[in-house]
Order: sequence, then C-alpha cells, then structure tokens
Amino acid sequence: MEIKKTSLNKLHQSNNAKFVEFAGYEMPIQYSKGIIEEHKFTRSHSGIFDVSHMGQLFIYGDESLTKELEKIFPLDLKNLKQNCSKYSFLMNEDAGIYDDLIITKIEDGYLIILNAACKDKDFEILSNLLGSKFKMNLDNHRSLIAIQGPKSVEILNSIINGVDQLNFMTGSWFDSDNQKLFVTRSGYTGEDGFEISISNDKAEKFVENLIEKGAQLIGLGARDTLRLEAGLCLYGHELDINKTPVEANLRWAISKSRLSNGDFIGSKKIMNQMQDGASQIRVGIKPEGRLIAREKTKIFNDSDKQIGEITSGTFGPSVNGPIAMGYVDKEFSKVDTKILLEVRGKKHPANVCALPFYKKNYVKGVN
Amino acid sequence: MSEVKFSKEHEWITLEGDVATIGITKHATEMLGDIVFAELPEKGSNVEKDGTAGVVESTKAASDVYTPVSGEVVDTNQAIVDDPSKINEDPEGSAWFFKLKMKDQSEMDSLMNKEEYDKFAKESAS
Repeated sequence: MEIKKTSLNKLHQSNNAKFVEFAGYEMPIQYSKGIIEEHKFTRSHSGIFDVSHMGQLFIYGDESLTKELEKIFPLDLKNLKQNCSKYSFLMNEDAGIYDDLIITKIEDGYLIILNAACKDKDFEILSNLLGSKFKMNLDNHRSLIAIQGPKSVEILNSIINGVDQLNFMTGSWFDSDNQKLFVTRSGYTGEDGFEISISNDKAEKFVENLIEKGAQLIGLGARDTLRLEAGLCLYGHELDINKTPVEANLRWAISKSRLSNGDFIGSKKIMNQMQDGASQIRVGIKPEGRLIAREKTKIFNDSDKQIGEITSGTFGPSVNGPIAMGYVDKEFSKVDTKILLEVRGKKHPANVCALPFYKKNYVKGVN
Repeated sequence: MSEVKFSKEHEWITLEGDVATIGITKHATEMLGDIVFAELPEKGSNVEKDGTAGVVESTKAASDVYTPVSGEVVDTNQAIVDDPSKINEDPEGSAWFFKLKMKDQSEMDSLMNKEEYDKFAKESAS
C-alpha cells in the first residue's frame, strides 16, 4: 500500500524533517533542532503539530443521534452544551478499548477526533452501531493542526480573532481568510493550546503564517515526550482492546450519571470494576538515576515476582530525567511503592509516582 | 598519538602507546539524535573486539556501543554518564567513552581511516 501524505508534507520537507511511517502516513518524527529542543520550545513558546493523520468524523443528527451515541459512549451527552468537548472511548462489550477520542457537540451533530491507526475501523464499528439513520463523514478534505504552548493563544488570536475567548475543552467555528475553521481549545501536551480543522488546500499557508508569527514545527518525537510528561495515554501503548478505562485509571472520563443505569456498551464490566477495583492499574513510574525503561520492560517486586509491565518510557526533557507509565498489580499501585525494572538483564530500582510528571498549564476559565 | 581509525559500528579509536581511546562518531550521534543516557563498561573488565561495551539511549531508542578492539578497560569517562548531552556536543573529542589497554595492536589494521569511514557513513546513511 502506498504511504499516505498529509497536506503539509512539502512544508515538513522544506523544514528538514526526518520522516517515519506512522499509521500508514509519512510523518515528521523531528526537524533539524531535535526532540529535546522542540519539546522545550513547546513548553516555553509555541509548537505546531501536524495531526492531519487523525480522523475527523462528523456525524449529523438531532436528539435521536444523542440518544444513540449515549448507548455507545459513557458520557452525559444530553447535558453536554453545544461547542463543548469530552474525552471518551469506543469500547466493546467487555469494555476493551477500540480507541480513545475527543467528541464535541456541534450545531448539527457531533465531531469526533479519532486516532490515525484506528479511524477506519472506528468508522466501520460506528456505522454498524448507528445504521444508516445518520449521515457520517470521515472527512479527509480537512487537515488538523495543533498549536501548543504558552504563546499559542497570542499567535493564533492574531490570525483568528476571538480564539482567546474559548475555554479549555470548548470549540467553535471561526471565519478567517474566507473560510470556515473549527477551532477547539485542547491538545495533548499538557500545555494551553488549540486544534484547528482547516481545508487541505489552505493548511500550508495557514501554518506558514503561524511560523512567521514565531511558532515552530514540532515532530511526533517531541509530541510523545510532551504527552508522556503530561501523563496522557497513547493508544497502542497504554490503551488497547485488552484494557478497560478503569484499568487505565481513566474513571474521571466516565460520566457519573451514566453509571446508575449502565445502558452503554461495556457498562457491565465498568460498573463491576468500579465497585471491586481492577486487578491491574495504570501508574506513573520514575526510575532512580538516569536509566530509561522502555515499553515492554518487565516490572518486579522485591521477591522477584513479576507484577507488571511498562507501556511507555523515555527521557522527560522538562522533568530532566527518565519517566514511564505502565500497568502494575493493584496492591503495588500506591504512590511511592518501590518496584524493580528489568533492563538489559539487570533489575533497577524505581518508584510508583503520581501523574502528571509535569504540571499542566490549561486555561480553565476565560469567561 | 596515532591516526584516528573508525569501525563499521560507528566508533572511533586512537592509540597512544598501548592504550586505545574509544568513542562514537559524530555521524552516529546525528543518527541517534539527543542522547540522554550512557552506560560504560566497568574499569578492570575485559572486552572483546566487536563485543558490546556499553549502551547509549536517545529520546527515541537504545543502542549498543561496541568495541572495535579487545583489551582491558583502564578508564571510563564519568562526565558523559553524568551529562549525556556532552556526547552530542563533542563526540569525537572530550566525550570519549572508555580507554583500553590493548592486547593485540594488529586489530587496528582492519579498521577504516577517516576518508574510508566518511564514504562508508555516507553510503550506509542513504
């Protein structure tokens, strides 16, 4: 199968991107400055991320659509205000996660942002569940650009006036340069920022404009270190079809009002786990010293019993040390529990720690 | 000091008397990206030609460091363990990895000179 390219591919090339294949797309892993510089620039200034490989699924419908979607997602969608976003999951009957996603209520339906590697399957699953009653469009005519970091609001507002009035996890349509852009105040770096849905033919010029105003392109490498410092899950690592939201320590994302009736897919398993606890749970892990424990590193207790596995591990540039997330048996999930990580045949001490590793700077209330 | 020689695993080596100094090449650091962790062999241990003698990790992945010649480890560079970013800054100078007391100096003969290595690195990168 031919590798897919986003509408910013040429711009990545002219900015000396190193490319990798990710979910069938040729994507920039880093540019000439490297992951650490890009990471720090995002935390101190403003980084631009091409996330156009992600799925933008528009589903159109009225209250009957809301009712149907509540059978799928563990969210109180009836009381979700227009232009407000929620983090959620598409699950199977056993509460195994097909994908994690952001869903936003828009004027004539919902916009769901899906992971690149999962979007086609998600579309198929949702089409089967919803039938043909509602118009669905997995829109590949639109690019998705994220701009993240403390200077992002000023830079973006100088191009799209009014975005500074958005609260975190809300969005709206804006008119700019004779076109309609959907902008949400959101992101996946632990910083204040925005995601902009824009038609493919306008994306390159838009990003060039952001660069002129002082933002810089950032690759997937730094996106990974940023999200890990922020304690955020990455599908295929922390989350997969064998993990539930309770095991992933994401119960905050399940609306309380939906737990009394349990009428969504996977609700039985979730309600059981909420009551009895899950046998394994996702935690933050800090290796002692500088040792990096990568994905699949085995976790042991002090009597040599394996108690879990690392799902993501790297060096955190802002933390200035190694960081990881992984799953451990429930009894080892308390903060400050001493554990051992097996790296290159030797066991190294580490501690279970609170997430995030890096404190968030989200803007909670503008209005 | 001898001419600098290079291995196919992207290490450089110089010889002074019977003590060889070994590090990784600038080309290797450019391929690895930002180095954030280094592990070196133990002083007093013996390492064999083409065997592993350390590890470097970038933000992306871990890579073994090999030794291009055999010998006893007589010194290691603690400065790069304490601050691995030094390896990106000066890989072919102050950020050497370890020093070996060589057993058989003829092991140097099969290694590449600068010109040969530059050509090799260029070809292996493309």
